[in-house]
Amino acid sequence: MKKIDVKLTSGRSIEQGIHIDNKMSSGYCDVAAVCELNEVDMSKLGIRDGANVMIKSKFGQVVVRVRTNNRNPPGIAFVPMGPWANAIMDPSTGGCGTPQFKGIEVEITLTFDSISPIKELVGFR
Amino acid sequence: MIITDVLCPFCGDLCDDIIVEVEGNKIIEVKEACETGVSKMMGHERIASPMIREDGKLRKTTYEEAIDKTAEILTNSLRPLMYGWGSTTCEADEKGIELAEELGAIIDNTTSVCHAPSILALQNVGLPSCTLGQIKNRADLIIYWGSNQAEAHPRHMSKYTSFPKGFFTQEGRKGKHVMVFDVRKTTTAEVADDFVQILPGEDYRVLSALRAILAGAVDVVPSSVGGVPKEKLVEIVNRMKNSKFGVLFFGMGLTQSKGKPYNVANAISLVRDLNAHTKFAVMPMRGHYNVTGITQVCTWLTGFAFAVDFARGRPWYNPGETSTVDVLNRGECDSALIVASDPAAHFPRKSVEHLAKIPLIQIDPYPNLTTELADVVLPAAIAGIEVEGTAYRMDGVPLRLRKLIEPTHLSDEEILSRILGKVREIRGD
Ligand code: SF4
Repeated sequence: MKKIDVKLTSGRSIEQGIHIDNKMSSGYCDVAAVCELNEVDMSKLGIRDGANVMIKSKFGQVVVRVRTNNRNPPGIAFVPMGPWANAIMDPSTGGCGTPQFKGIEVEITLTFDSISPIKELVGFR
Repeated sequence: MIITDVLCPFCGDLCDDIIVEVEGNKIIEVKEACETGVSKMMGHERIASPMIREDGKLRKTTYEEAIDKTAEILTNSLRPLMYGWGSTTCEADEKGIELAEELGAIIDNTTSVCHAPSILALQNVGLPSCTLGQIKNRADLIIYWGSNQAEAHPRHMSKYTSFPKGFFTQEGRKGKHVMVFDVRKTTTAEVADDFVQILPGEDYRVLSALRAILAGAVDVVPSSVGGVPKEKLVEIVNRMKNSKFGVLFFGMGLTQSKGKPYNVANAISLVRDLNAHTKFAVMPMRGHYNVTGITQVCTWLTGFAFAVDFARGRPWYNPGETSTVDVLNRGECDSALIVASDPAAHFPRKSVEHLAKIPLIQIDPYPNLTTELADVVLPAAIAGIEVEGTAYRMDGVPLRLRKLIEPTHLSDEEILSRILGKVREIRGD
């Protein structure tokens, strides 16, 4: 299976903001369970918009939908802030309270698994 | 009924020019706000009634029973944690701090996971800042560093920075230069005059190079720093020096990247250095509409802005020890009260694992991921829509939130006062 090693950054997107008080909706999943990659990285993986990818870091793994965004330089993946991004974030704060939500090293591969359901992401009950 | 000059209770811009039309007890139209603001003010699914978890399922109950249960959980815990507070009124925040003191709890706010590094930095190097009004009227150089406010604060540029015509900025957009520093070409970068792309985690180096050039040590700067060519860095410094009034806004791109508080301290120091040449200000882009308010209230009541631990009977502040994510990572707290926030969605999964194990109480208008983990759920009225109160804009200006419609639930302040009353009753105070 083809894979790429990239740095992951997370952050606000306007669509994510619109759905922020409505997180249990499918609309939220549509806008937050997303990974944006440059077309260079898309072709390295040999995939197109709408495919599902598995993102793995030292801290966990998650399945989201992929789409091209050439405003991202090659080598950087963007996932909107939220439970999908957080499934793979480094929880350590380095003594300041704030975890490192940007610049996490991840491995991305194509997957035929479905998008990680939101409840499963915190489903410890 | 048309209500004018309404404040939008969503982001730290706290826009104060919103027009809302109310019919019956319902908001039917919102004008002037951005898409995000309209979406919040028009309303979403709400938590209908108080709930208590039994056999793994939430069942409906009364406020009275849910508040009794909350007080019982909190008084029975050795190390309660109280987190959230950025999306409610300062009056509710004040009550929360009183409750934390009574319980000997840790009280922390959402600053902890966004601008905690900025607080640490400003405690070291200060914060030469100003108001958004001054920026609108005076600034001719606007810099956004690691902040995609076109998506996070959609009206920031049109209301306060790039576009408005102010007293000394009569030409509007034409007379201003807008620069964006980021690792990717964000929507903010697309509408800027200059986009400076830096490599992830290299902000500190780029800031140091700019300071070195400004100090006249051009020779020590290598040909490229953090992906930015030296000539570009020299050009940026000249532009900064030659501006009449510059401002540097920074966001999570600085605070949540490698170097965190050191990045911010370096950015503030650059601005301080620039004041030897021209007028320059710096401002953190605060996210939630009243996250600035809770840091103000917490500071004037306890002496510290976030991560305050009352276990010793007096306020104790030690980020890294008393900050929420660290407390959770160590599995230290044995109950948690979450107010107006959704840590289950916004904390790293590893930190959420402990939240799921302990008795969890949620006070919030909306069902979210934290509701999925909560043992007691107390629905609240929406501050700024159903409840009036005070909120602080990101530049530290306090403004009055308005009440637009009648609430169907208790306010955060009322719920917290009732919990406090019950806690005092149980403890026989
Ligand atoms: S910019 Fe922020 S405060 Fe202004 S309308 Fe939009 S969400 Fe509301």
